[in-house]
Amino acid sequence: MKFDIYDFTSFNQWVDKLLYDALPPVWALIVEMTIIGLAFLLFYALVGLFLVYAERKVCAFMQNRLGPNRVGPFGIFQTIADFIKLLMKELITIKNSDKFLFNLAPFIVIIASFMAIAAIPFAKGLHAIDFDIGILYVIAVSSLGVVGVLLAGWSSNNKYSLIGAMRSGAQIISYELSVGMSLLTIIVLAGTMQFSAIVEGQADGWFIFKGHIPAFIAFVIFLIASTAETNRGPFDLAEAESELTAGFHTEYSGIKFAFFFLAEYMNMFIVASIAATVFLGGWMPFHVGGWAGLNHVMDYIPPFVWYFGKTMFVIWLMMWFKWTFPRLRIDQLLNLEWKYLLPINLFNILLMAFVVLMGWHF
Amino acid sequence: MKEVIHTPVQHVEEEEYNINMGPQHPSTHGVLRLLVTLQGEIVAKLQPHCGYIHRGIEKMCEKDTYPQLIHLTDRMDYLSAHINNHAICLLVEDALQIEVPERVKYIRTIIDELTRIQSHQLWWSSFGMDLGGLTCFFYGLRDREKILDIFEESCGSRLLHSYYTPGGLMWDIHPNFQKSVKDFIKYFRKKIKDYERILSGNVIFRERSRGIGVLTKEDAISYGITGPSGRASGFSCDVRKHYPYAMYDKVQFKEVLHTEGDTLQRYLARMEEMYESMKIIEQLIDNIPEGDHQVKMKAVLKLPAGEYYQRVESARGHLGVYCISDGNKTPYRMKFRSPSFVNLSVLDHISRNTKIADLVAIGASLDLVIPDIDR
Repeated sequence: MKFDIYDFTSFNQWVDKLLYDALPPVWALIVEMTIIGLAFLLFYALVGLFLVYAERKVCAFMQNRLGPNRVGPFGIFQTIADFIKLLMKELITIKNSDKFLFNLAPFIVIIASFMAIAAIPFAKGLHAIDFDIGILYVIAVSSLGVVGVLLAGWSSNNKYSLIGAMRSGAQIISYELSVGMSLLTIIVLAGTMQFSAIVEGQADGWFIFKGHIPAFIAFVIFLIASTAETNRGPFDLAEAESELTAGFHTEYSGIKFAFFFLAEYMNMFIVASIAATVFLGGWMPFHVGGWAGLNHVMDYIPPFVWYFGKTMFVIWLMMWFKWTFPRLRIDQLLNLEWKYLLPINLFNILLMAFVVLMGWHF
Repeated sequence: MKEVIHTPVQHVEEEEYNINMGPQHPSTHGVLRLLVTLQGEIVAKLQPHCGYIHRGIEKMCEKDTYPQLIHLTDRMDYLSAHINNHAICLLVEDALQIEVPERVKYIRTIIDELTRIQSHQLWWSSFGMDLGGLTCFFYGLRDREKILDIFEESCGSRLLHSYYTPGGLMWDIHPNFQKSVKDFIKYFRKKIKDYERILSGNVIFRERSRGIGVLTKEDAISYGITGPSGRASGFSCDVRKHYPYAMYDKVQFKEVLHTEGDTLQRYLARMEEMYESMKIIEQLIDNIPEGDHQVKMKAVLKLPAGEYYQRVESARGHLGVYCISDGNKTPYRMKFRSPSFVNLSVLDHISRNTKIADLVAIGASLDLVIPDIDR
């Protein structure tokens, strides 16, 4: 067995072979699925906790505060303590709510984000499923979450929740278009929807540099639209704290609230991962075509470090937006999408197609 | 017999529904309850229900002697406590024909303007927060802290100062006062640039606030909207200009007047007022004359029988104090014309047919302080 932090393929094949040698094929498959599922569950919880901590620290940094600094060194156990508190809290059931849908909603939201994470390549060979329609799958799965949000708002039997859910429905469905179109721009450049092929295609330069102007426009649009799709930053109309108290999850408490909370952060992680993978080269180190020396030095940094570094950078950008800008109004939000982003996007795809046809990209 | 207070059942049109904003709601800044009738997200009608923090201050005034009134008026509009005190002091001094020393006038004017700045700072913070820009809140409170420190130095307290007394001041100013005020002005002139950058210059903020909640000059006059909210509509209502008291007739400052009367203009009017207040302080701080901080007063103050009215410009507008005295040591009747209560009355008028998000912005731009509404 060869364990290599630069390439997990051989390690995976070794585990795979070990299981298939020891067990009948059906059981080997079940064990593999269980292992991967558990690994993702652990990863999900850890990333969620880390992002909550990171958001509080980043926000504190933006606001001249210290942020959590009491529980553990630099307050790193604060989110764990918060999570334990949420686990132990009472689950309040509300009179006159639709109980079945009310209980179902947080699971839909969390399952949607959990499914999306499966298709993301973390490093070379560290990849649960490598669909040949990877991007389409991620877009499709992540848009399931809006069902959960709508159900949560509707079944709570609370007017604030309902307003929040309706806003969120209009918002997510609109911005889905821009997310899809900006990714389509890159698909035109890459010529594939498979994540592994997209990453391999960026070996001699990330797509944001390769596709110069149209790729950069697509990146900016993707950042705006994905921030809106995850109900964050200046687009957090669905929970608009100062208007709707907490929007669609006003009536949730305890672990069900934690599900919404965790799903929000995981959605942010997923869109940041997609941005990092599609525009910034995923786990691919920073390479410049022809500069062998630089490329060689960059290769020494392990791929998962590159991947997490880029993802965290995009997440930091999204946090920066959130803690700087005031919130938009719902009509301005929809205007921005339908009157500005969508036409720009359509034009941008044409431009990209033209660039690819003429061979003007690097 | 127990009296039951009924909330009248409202007639609700088809496709309309009521929601209660408050008494516990993040953007009402206190226990104000707005019964909002919505059509989808559009505000069709709005009924303010106040009284959740009514303490009967006007009635309690009838039991207290005049020096004791100071401590009650602190608690009306706690963000301009000094200015409330000033109104009572001026009323008593006018009634008893007492001329306070120049030094007291200077100090009172400086502290009044500092109060106005810190009130506007808190308003700016919460305005940003109501629009979803949470960082504003911390910027504003950080700078407000500096003023509270100055107050603490001289008055010994940070929120409910009770520093003015009829005939002067409770104590003389701290020896550091002039230096710390000058330091603050220097510091705040730099920091207010940040305010302009993070909110005033932000395109989302401008789009959110422009053209919503338009209050015309005629409406401002007929509703009696005073303070920066009224002046943003072009209603020249600055008590400091029209009925000058303390040092206001000796200093140069501009009455901030705008014409549009929308939320953005109300915002800009307050921002410009902070600059004007700093200008007033700068003119006075270096020439505070020497002298006593308190006139020798009688042990028991008795106002001659009659009616008295005193108006001052608080951070929110025209604060009027009306007092009837029957010659006793306590007033026969006190009535406060509080600017927040009057400004609240226009909220329904200007927020109709706006979205619920606009209602929050309009409410914030009127700068309501709930204990001042209920008293």
